[in-house]
Formats: sequence, structure tokens, C-alpha cells
Amino acid sequence: MTLPIPEVDRLQQRSDRAAPIAGRATLANTVAPLLTVEELRVEFPSRDVTLVAVDGVSFSITPGEVLGVVGESGAGKSVTGAAVIGLIDPPGRIAGGRIMLGDRRIDNLPPEAMRRVRGREIGAVFQDPLTSLNPLYTVGRQLIETITTHLDLSPRAAHKRALELLAEVGIPAPKRRIDQYPHQFSGGMRQRVVIALALAASPKLIIADEPTTALDVSIQAQIIMLLKRLCRDHGTAVMLITHDMGVIAETADRVAVMYAGRIVEIGPVSDVIHRPAHPYTRGLMGSIPSIAADRESLAQIDGTMPRLNAIPPGCAFHPRCPHVFDRCRRERPELMPVGPTFAACWLHVH
Amino acid sequence: MPTSAQPLVELENVARYFDVSPPWLNRILERQRRQVLKAVDGVSFSVAKGETLGLVGESGCGKSTVARLIVGLYRPTRGEIRFAGRRIDAAGPDPAVRRAMQMIFQDPYASLNPRWRVADIVAEPIRAHGLARSSRDINARVGSLLEQVGLASADGAKYPHQFSGGQRQRISIARALATQPAFLICDEPTSALDVSVQAQVLNLMRRLQRELGLSYLFISHNLAVVHHVADRVGAMYLGRIVELAPVNVLFTSPQHPYTRMLLAAVPDLTRTGMPRTAVAGEVPNPLDPPKGCAFHPRCPYADERCRREVPRLKHVAGDADVTVACHAVEEGRLAQEAFTAA
Repeated sequence: MTLPIPEVDRLQQRSDRAAPIAGRATLANTVAPLLTVEELRVEFPSRDVTLVAVDGVSFSITPGEVLGVVGESGAGKSVTGAAVIGLIDPPGRIAGGRIMLGDRRIDNLPPEAMRRVRGREIGAVFQDPLTSLNPLYTVGRQLIETITTHLDLSPRAAHKRALELLAEVGIPAPKRRIDQYPHQFSGGMRQRVVIALALAASPKLIIADEPTTALDVSIQAQIIMLLKRLCRDHGTAVMLITHDMGVIAETADRVAVMYAGRIVEIGPVSDVIHRPAHPYTRGLMGSIPSIAADRESLAQIDGTMPRLNAIPPGCAFHPRCPHVFDRCRRERPELMPVGPTFAACWLHVH
Repeated sequence: MPTSAQPLVELENVARYFDVSPPWLNRILERQRRQVLKAVDGVSFSVAKGETLGLVGESGCGKSTVARLIVGLYRPTRGEIRFAGRRIDAAGPDPAVRRAMQMIFQDPYASLNPRWRVADIVAEPIRAHGLARSSRDINARVGSLLEQVGLASADGAKYPHQFSGGQRQRISIARALATQPAFLICDEPTSALDVSVQAQVLNLMRRLQRELGLSYLFISHNLAVVHHVADRVGAMYLGRIVELAPVNVLFTSPQHPYTRMLLAAVPDLTRTGMPRTAVAGEVPNPLDPPKGCAFHPRCPYADERCRREVPRLKHVAGDADVTVACHAVEEGRLAQEAFTAA
């Protein structure tokens, strides 16, 4: 079995300038989606109450697309990502909706089958590269183990593939580095190794949960560029979960903004950033300090996001919303089209 | 920006080295050498009254060590630190100086004692410095401090776990203000907070500065936050300040190649879809820093002199407020058009 590994020089040629790739449709309805999440609901039962961490979330990702998922701590973005790769910690469980990879349903697969999907078809990159790597094994051994688990390759071919992967994620001198342990790598280099692991079986989708949060800005920029280049070259779709709107602005094609377990706005990244339709998105954008703008004081959303055991009725944002009116307190808004984006807000119903 | 004749805080050629050698036996048996980590290596700056000095840099550049040197948690290996004209680096703790200088830490979960009520946390510095004697006076003071930072005085009866991250950082600020300080050292005060909460805390810090005439040393790895709060900014790299300039100058026309690289690397909302400039390399091992200018292995303008000679912080021709430590800038080798502001 031969694998489509691009030669390094061809890679560099192609990465010089981004050719707009096909299938980057803004509303994801012209190309068959790679991942479809419909009405996802994730619950965490506890002794007295059942907490709903994700409540009726729907979105899709097309091949080669980067979907950013932003929100503050506790908004449900990481739980959504964990649901897609089937890594919700018990007693948490998917209590409703469905997750489709292509035309195959994956949310109800038995654990063994899900394990084969994970890694082979969906790769994962987490925040802290040190906890994603085993400190007792060399980087090469971890890569080769992942490769042989998912692909039918001889040890020699797997070793070759591991070297190619390390070169592809930009690790200098891969022949020497492959026999080193994770502690011998810097933070940025470790995250590159984690990305190499996620790519080992050429998955169609990568779930990246805060991949740059633990890194310094200059290294963060390198990792963002790497992720973008890999998407372009392999047509890999990425679900990029982060709290950093700047990272989303530069990396994502579309963005979903989450608040208290629901998507409040989803649309093309430049529309959501420059013309946000939901008051929460507007407040969020105004509260981000920018090096390009001089502002006396930052826009401020008073209060904090509600805890999961105290989500207000109606629109969950209504107690903090400057435009709140009667209907917001009574009825929960669903996503509705507002220009190029979709927003869950009664302001847009006339 | 506010300037007065005498700066409030002054650092002159301050350095702090840490001995990180392996144990004596290992040195003898395995012939390992003594190792010295130069966390801070000759830093000079001053903060005027009512001014905010921002300090930026990547992990391990020594910015937190600078904070700890000023508050006296570390003694400097060499150099002088002065507060209101008096040397504070050599002498033991002087209560008057301690009172005038307070610190706000990064993690509002770790810096508040979980077993104490908020009122006791805020009252501790008042009691420690004997600023109020009767419990009635202390309670009144605590109540007004909590209100000053946007909490209710009734919140004093609660425990830290009953508050969100942003509210906890407000408690930390109230505790820091309890001694009526003139100078606050803020080490990544908003890094653990969500953006909307970060905005609340930054706005609060600005308001307090206006109302109380505070001076801040604001340390952060987040350039956008520093841009928002600081009057002047110092960029640090491997224990040294490489550029020190007024905030608008530094962000619009950075001189030092490292500052330029750092600014180009910041993801920003206005840069949707723009190709980013490649950033080469990583911070070298601080135990074995490069000779000459520490930045030379990553610098596109490095030449023989940069590899040999450590550049000093010098005024840039034509601008008295801007100092840069770079041979290329000094010699005019650096093309101005190379940088386009984000």
C-alpha cells in the first residue's frame, strides 16, 4: 500500500501562495459535508441534577475547510469536540442528536469500532503537548506504533513514514530527532510531534482543541501556519477549538460562536468578526484588545456566563444583553439567517 | 504622558543569576560543570508616577524575575533598585516601601487562600501593617475596598470558591489596594481570564489608576493587552531589554528585529485571511545563550559584529524616548520598509 505523501520540495512550492481550493463554500451546502453534527445534546448526570453541557448544536464541515469554534470557558466547545471523537468522559453521555462522518453515523458506534475511526479517520491535537506524548517512549516509537495500528505497513515502511511525517511538520534533522524522547523537544517542537501523530494515518478530519494556547506567540504563529498548510495540501478538514479570536481570524474559513452550550452565531469568519449579528458576538469582539486599534476603554459585557446548573430560560444571554426584550425571556431563539451568517437572536425577527 | 522630575521606581543595570548546577557529587563523579542561569542580565528602566510600563516577552525571558526583584522576593546579583529615590535592593524589608508596593498575580485560583473568607483576605495587609486597629475600622475599610473593585461589601463573608475567575482577580486587586500603594506590579493579571472578563478587569485597572494615581508595571505575554494598557513598553529577550519605547512608537514603528518579529506574529482580528510572515526558530536554551547579541541566530540582519559583541541599549537618532539594543539599528543597516505595521 502506498500513501500519498507529498515530497518536501513540492510542499514548499505549493505553500508559497494559497490557491483558493474548491469546496470552501460559505454555507456548506454546495459540497457534500465531511462531518455533520445534528441537534447534538451532551449531558452530565450528577446526583441531584443533570447538567446539559451541549444543547442542540448543529453544524457541518466540508472537506478542506477550517471551522473555528470559539467561546469562553464552559461554553461547551471542548465537549462538542470530545463528542465528535467519542471521548466524552463518563458519566457524561451523548443524549440526543447524531454525528455523521460522510454518510456514516459515528455517535452510536461500539467503543472498538470508534477506536478505529479515531486516529484513522479523525485525528486529534490537544492543548498540552506534554500530556499527549508518553514521556517513556521515543518520539519515533510513538509515531511508528500509531502508524502500524492504523495502517498495514511493515516496520521499515512505518519507520520511513515516521521520518516523512516529522519532516512534513517541520522538525529539523528528523533522522536524529526520531530517537529522542519528548523531554528533549521544546514546546513548539512537541506540538509539531503531536500534529505528526494526528496526521499519521492521513485522517480526513482533525479536531484541534486549543492547539496553540500553551505556546509563545512566535511559536503559535508557526503552528497556525503549519495547520493551514497541511489542510491545503491534504484537503484535511479541521475543527479548531479555541478561545483566541485572533487565531480564528487568521486560520478559519467559518466560525461558530458558542455560549452556554449552544451556537449563538455561525458564518464566514470575516462576516462574524466585522459584522456580528448576535449581541454576544458583538460584545465579545469589542472586548478583545487589538494592536491595530486605539481605544480608551474596552467594550464590556457585564456579568459572567451562567453556570450549567443555572441557565436562564429563553435566550441564555438575556440577563447580560443590552437589547433584551420580552420575547427573549420567554422563548429560546434558534439559529436564523441574518445576511451571510446565522444568529440565534430575536432581534432579527421582524 | 505623566512625567515628573523623579521616577517612582528605577532599576539600574539589575541582574539576577541562579545557580542551577548539578549536585556536588555529580559534578565530581560525572565531571559536570557549574551552571549559571542568567535570568535577568543588566536591566535598566524607570517608571514615573501615574505611568504604566508594559513588559513583554516570551516564556523564560525574565519578565517575572524582574517583578520578583522589585518586590524583594529575590535579591539582585548586581545592580540597584530605587523606590522614590531610596535604594531598596540591599536593605532588609522596609515596611514603608512594602506598603507602597503591592503585587497582583496571574492565577486568581492559586493566590487566594481557599480557607479564608474574602474579608479576612482583604484585611490581612491592613492588619499586618497595622493600618487600622479596631475591627470596626477594618470592616469599614474592607467594605469600601470591595466596593471600589466592583464587588458588594457583603461579599466579604463568602469564600473564594464562591466567585468566578474575574471576581477573584477583583479580590486580589482589593487586597493589593488595602495598603494604599503607589505602585502595583501586575504579573500576567488577566492571562487566566476569558476575554470578556479580561475586558472588565482591564477597564477596572484603568479606572483605579485614574482615581488613585497608581503606577503600574504590567507584565504580559499578550501584546494586544499591553498595547491597550501601557504608556511605555519594554520588550525583553533572554534576560535583557532589547527595546524600550512609548507604546505608540513601539507598536507602529518597532526598531529591534525581535520586536518586529513578535509584532508580526500576533494573531489579530484585522488580519483575516492575510498571509503571515514566517517566524524563524525558537528561543535558545537560556543556560547556553548565544554569544554576542542573544537574538543573532534568529535575526535576518545578523553579521560578524552581532555574533561577537553584546549590543547596549542606546537612544535611536532623532528620538529621545526610544532606546534599542541592536547593532544593525545603530549602524543603519536595517531597512525601515522591512516592517509593515499590522
